[in-house]
Amino acid sequence: MKSMDNLTISAQLDVENIEAGYNGESVLQKISFSVPAGQSLAVVGPNGAGKSTLFKVLVGLLPIRAGTVQIHGKPLGYHMDCIAYVPQREVIDWKFPVTVMDVVVMGRYGKLKWLQKPRKEDFDIALHSLEQMGIGDLAKNSIVDLSGGQQQRVFLARALAQKPHILIMDEPFTGVDASTQETTMNLLEELHQKGVTTIVSTHDLNMAATRFSQVLLINRKIIAYGKPDEVFTPENLQIGFGGQVLSMHGVMVVDECCPPDDLR
Amino acid sequence: MIEFITSPFTYSFMQRGFLAALLVGVLCSVVGVYIVLRGMAFLGDALAHAILPGVAIAYLLGGNLILGAFVAAIAVAIGIGFFSSEGTIKEDTAIGILFSAAFALGVALISSIRTYAVDLSHILFGNVLGVSEKDLIFTAVLTIIILLIVAVNYKQFMVISFDPILATMMRLPVQFLHYLMLVMLGLTVVVSIQTVGVGLAAAMLVTPAASAYLLTRRLPSMMIVSAIIGAISSVVGLYISYYINIASGSAIVLTATLIFLLAFAFSPRRSKITHS
Repeated sequence: MKSMDNLTISAQLDVENIEAGYNGESVLQKISFSVPAGQSLAVVGPNGAGKSTLFKVLVGLLPIRAGTVQIHGKPLGYHMDCIAYVPQREVIDWKFPVTVMDVVVMGRYGKLKWLQKPRKEDFDIALHSLEQMGIGDLAKNSIVDLSGGQQQRVFLARALAQKPHILIMDEPFTGVDASTQETTMNLLEELHQKGVTTIVSTHDLNMAATRFSQVLLINRKIIAYGKPDEVFTPENLQIGFGGQVLSMHGVMVVDECCPPDDLR
Repeated sequence: MIEFITSPFTYSFMQRGFLAALLVGVLCSVVGVYIVLRGMAFLGDALAHAILPGVAIAYLLGGNLILGAFVAAIAVAIGIGFFSSEGTIKEDTAIGILFSAAFALGVALISSIRTYAVDLSHILFGNVLGVSEKDLIFTAVLTIIILLIVAVNYKQFMVISFDPILATMMRLPVQFLHYLMLVMLGLTVVVSIQTVGVGLAAAMLVTPAASAYLLTRRLPSMMIVSAIIGAISSVVGLYISYYINIASGSAIVLTATLIFLLAFAFSPRRSKITHS
């Protein structure tokens, strides 16, 4: 687990019959699926479908009421640091007094003892991760100075520094510029090739259809799961999104009541 | 000029007062960094008021007032955590209920005493010149313990403050660290009642840290600058109080406020924040 090449160890994720929600109300019901090692999975569904809830379950933020989640065949929590999670940018306090480097080095804290200071190796890995995201020159900047796209790259760099087996990202394509979308997607594909299992939620159905190996369509329960062309059938889309999806000339558009955040 | 600076120190109670103010100024300002960054200012104020019943009971029993405050602060901190954990009620609601209840109980207890006016004013507004040798030692020990807690848990406190999701994923004992921070805050408030009193404790927690927030870009420098501002406010405030004969707690808090106003005017952060 401590070796540098643990990026090549990918993880199988098994979710079986889970139920989860808040304050007595169940958001997710009877969700079961398996992600084979090294797949790239897009999770799609209408607003309120439980995508974020599912992610909270996967990272251990929300306890499940029933069912099991297993990684490498072991229950959630058995592996200390094999999942990296990139949060939605809105949940972060961007005025917190830390530099870009500070944030990325935090990704290494899980590998350090309670009192241990980050080692040179940790700073090297952090800087390398920043360079991979094309923002090595921002290492010393305060996070308050960053644009939306740069903010996302910082958290991607942190996820890279964690050297995860599974990378989970909540809505990485929402509210960032096209170049960051592309950098994000390239990184996901690169990680995918290295065998890291990547799981991403998105509103962008075309992205899900063209650039991921698996798609999970949910609306509180599973509507469809499989290869993109198996999932994106008119019937499934009708069940999942109702009248919200328009398919025009092979391009799928979701008509949303709550549009994603404006670009910064 | 030298005499101007040294003359207060000819009295031993002034020496103790200066030392106590200095310790409390530094301690409040360092702990205050977390209060400001985590948006816990309301909690700090609440805790300061909530220790009143502990002080009152200690007074009635003839015990040590600081010890009474200490017990009350911990009880209330844990009570707030208890009512708001699991999201049963929101934390600020729990704080609102518990701190007013405790304050009311404190006032009720004190009002049963006939000659309470002087002591009450000391508790409410501080009495830095009445600090005994025992109080000073207690303050010094607590300051060292709390600064050690901050040093030992520096990384962990930073993660739970900046990114609680990462903290959970790292399997940090998030609940324990949260309680530890509350206890730390409670202890800090207890020692601060000597210099600025229950009524003004929140100012010492928040004002120097907020000034440092405006002037710095990283957590370690924010802590150091905050501690320096807290120390300067305490010492300058005491001199002002000595020479123009005003309440010491007020003088300290007003000095800190003046520094904050300067920091606000010259902050490099302000222009950035308004632009984004």
